[in-house]
Amino acid sequence: MASKHNIGQRRLVVGAHYGFRDWLAQRVTAILMAVYTVVLLAMFLSGQNFTYEGWAGLFAMQWFKLLSMVTFLGLYYHAWVGIRDIWMDYVKNVGLRLTLQFITIFWLVGCVAYTVQILWSV
Amino acid sequence: MSEAVKEASKKGRPVYRNVDFGDITTKYRMPPSAIVSILHRVSGAGLFLLLPFLLYLFQQSLLSESSFGHFAGIVSHPLVKIILLGLSWAYLHHFIAGIRHLFMDNHFALDKDAAQSTARWVLIISLVLTALVGLKLFGVF
Repeated sequence: MASKHNIGQRRLVVGAHYGFRDWLAQRVTAILMAVYTVVLLAMFLSGQNFTYEGWAGLFAMQWFKLLSMVTFLGLYYHAWVGIRDIWMDYVKNVGLRLTLQFITIFWLVGCVAYTVQILWSV
Repeated sequence: MSEAVKEASKKGRPVYRNVDFGDITTKYRMPPSAIVSILHRVSGAGLFLLLPFLLYLFQQSLLSESSFGHFAGIVSHPLVKIILLGLSWAYLHHFIAGIRHLFMDNHFALDKDAAQSTARWVLIISLVLTALVGLKLFGVF
């Protein structure tokens, strides 16, 4: 503990990176994904005769394409926070942890690029 | 040391420090909330690792009429259906457990009994939803 004034109600929280931003981002992206999930799950469970026209037609609409892209970006940020937490909990060696965090970021940025390619192919 | 840990040592209960994998799998009887918690983490990690597979299927389903046929062919394989059913459970468990998390963040159902009860409901609801998806996947309705 750095100083006895650095805990409790009187601690300085401004710009201190206590993790509130990531915590909040994980919740906000969760709500976004939850709404998207409910819509797609209801469509899947109530749908009959899945065709290419119906499926691609949905993603061809500009508003749904953008909503999907924003939701996927939310998913990747959410996954970053979660996977980073796993590395922070279990990997104590700083060099190894940092390497794993870099790999996670590269992996997720790759997923972002792949998602753009997929969504804008229809 | 927290109050709970001090209490435990006073009463002569076993005190576990630096809990490892063996402790949680064999020594402890995990309450429902602990099971939900560990499954939340396991399902999240699994979904993260299988993202490229899911994105590949997504791409095949959207790219063209013929790639959609290719997608339908892959997905109709029983083994792929079982993998997708497993991933559906992972997704739905993560989803329902996450909703429980959001309620608890807002100070709902925080006491011991309520927390165990909502944890049981998370396990039940996610399995029921997975069963529904499974029935749809195997063409029952």
